[in-house]
Amino acid sequence: MGQTRRKFLNFLLSITGIGALGAILYPVFSYLVPPKIAEANVNSVKVGKVMHFPPDSSKILKFGREPVIVVRDKQGEFHALSAVCTHLQCIVQFRTDKESIWCACHNGLYDLKGRNISGPPPKPLKEFKVNIVNDELIISKMG
Amino acid sequence: MKGLWNKIEKWLDERYDIQPMKEYIKHKKVPMHRHSVWYYMGGITLFLFTVQVLTGILLLMYYKPGENSSYESVRFIITQVKFGWLIRNVHSWSANLMIFFAFLHMFSVFFSGAFKKPRELTWVSGFLILALALGFGFSGYLLPWDDLAFFATKVGTEIVASVPLIGHWLKEVLRGGEDVTGATLSRFFGIHTAILPLIATILIAIHLLFVQKQGMHEPEEFKNLPEEKKKYIPFFPNFALKDLLFWLLIFNIILFLALYFPWQLGPKADPLSSAPAGIKPEWYFMFMFQSLKLLPAHILFLEGEVVGILTFGLAGTIWMILPFLVPAKRESNKILKIIGVFVVAFIVVFTILGYIL
Ligand code: HEM
Ligand code: FES
Repeated sequence: MGQTRRKFLNFLLSITGIGALGAILYPVFSYLVPPKIAEANVNSVKVGKVMHFPPDSSKILKFGREPVIVVRDKQGEFHALSAVCTHLQCIVQFRTDKESIWCACHNGLYDLKGRNISGPPPKPLKEFKVNIVNDELIISKMG
Repeated sequence: MKGLWNKIEKWLDERYDIQPMKEYIKHKKVPMHRHSVWYYMGGITLFLFTVQVLTGILLLMYYKPGENSSYESVRFIITQVKFGWLIRNVHSWSANLMIFFAFLHMFSVFFSGAFKKPRELTWVSGFLILALALGFGFSGYLLPWDDLAFFATKVGTEIVASVPLIGHWLKEVLRGGEDVTGATLSRFFGIHTAILPLIATILIAIHLLFVQKQGMHEPEEFKNLPEEKKKYIPFFPNFALKDLLFWLLIFNIILFLALYFPWQLGPKADPLSSAPAGIKPEWYFMFMFQSLKLLPAHILFLEGEVVGILTFGLAGTIWMILPFLVPAKRESNKILKIIGVFVVAFIVVFTILGYIL
């Protein structure tokens, strides 16, 4: 009788203990997860006059919260790609010597269409649409 | 002087009975043999940790965490504050040496067989301290908020994301958001200056307690000597003074490095600028970084990173619980030696590859 009674009380005690621990840990763990910041839904961004982009040059700008690299190649064509490497998120750069997009972190290489051509990147860079309206460059989401 | 000391001692003894402690210190001894020099490595690591705590506290007097103040305050420390450059350089160099000596200490303990029964828990606590030291290095590296720091943290926390199941959660908790921002800086500052120092201090205390309780490990060849051939020196004052000598030597090396090889502060981190060419992690992460880099993007149905991080996690865990897996007898010594040489060779080769590839 005493045995089972003791066992039962121990059981109750353990349950209470675990409950108390949960009641402490749950708020702590929730606290640690940062709250989501509402993202302004950006559909297009004006990035400046065409004349500010000489051929064979590039610029990195913000599209909402996303860095985007705008490249004007030797032929004068514009390309806009996500500037965040698909490997481990470093910011890529335009290499004039290779006419391609290069990531310094682990030597990843993309062509000007954003396709991953060598190195560790597993996916292509997201492409953005480039429009020119009244001599002004506007980039917007594809599709 | 002597009289005053005796009075204090009597006063204390009357209240706290310090005789047993005095006896203990008097009788503690250290074996002397060919490999005795390795006994100093742990002490050197401990000394360097003390240097970190002291210089870290000094840096705290001027350092201001934040996207618009971290970089500026470190620059202020090294350009305006009297001897600020010295304090920062010592903190940075001593951090590197601390990790180096912790590794050296670990491998010397491994090859001498000291990690086996009955010192399993000393080994486990030591391993955890080394892991914390790497955490110190990783979190501290971000604090100056220059471009190298920014990208190192970006890549490092992104690798964390490839841990199965909890990876993404962990990454967000570490970063304080989706990206590496001022929020990350606040968290890393808290981790670096409060969480890690607290846990590390507790673990180091436990580690030292274990060592005190069990005394120094004696290698087989020493244990097998006839009693009269075994040489010992008293811990106090003989060994302690030798310890001190090593600390002095290391301290001079740190000062030399701090004077002639100042720690760099690159351009300020800018989330909209490209990763600089030639970017590399700290040397003590190089072997992991390099092996991850050599893995293909996909292995079977998994991403290369996932396979890499799981392999390192598993290898690290096995290394940590090794004393529970091997028999204490000497039969296992050959295989253990091979494992140890392999691990050291792996680390050294991949570190070198990281710098030449
Ligand atoms: C209680 C102990 C510690 C405190 C209060 C502390 C504090 C700080 C502070 C305020 C900074 C930023 C200033 C700066 O960048 O120079 C810093 C940087 C750093 N800390 Fe610590 N630290 C402590 C221990 C450690 C330990 C044990 C390690 C390594 C094993 C370490 C490694 C580093 C590194 C690598 C940096 C970056 C150095 C740089 O680039 O300037 N710290 N620490
Ligand atoms: S982050 Fe770009 S190649 Fe690794």
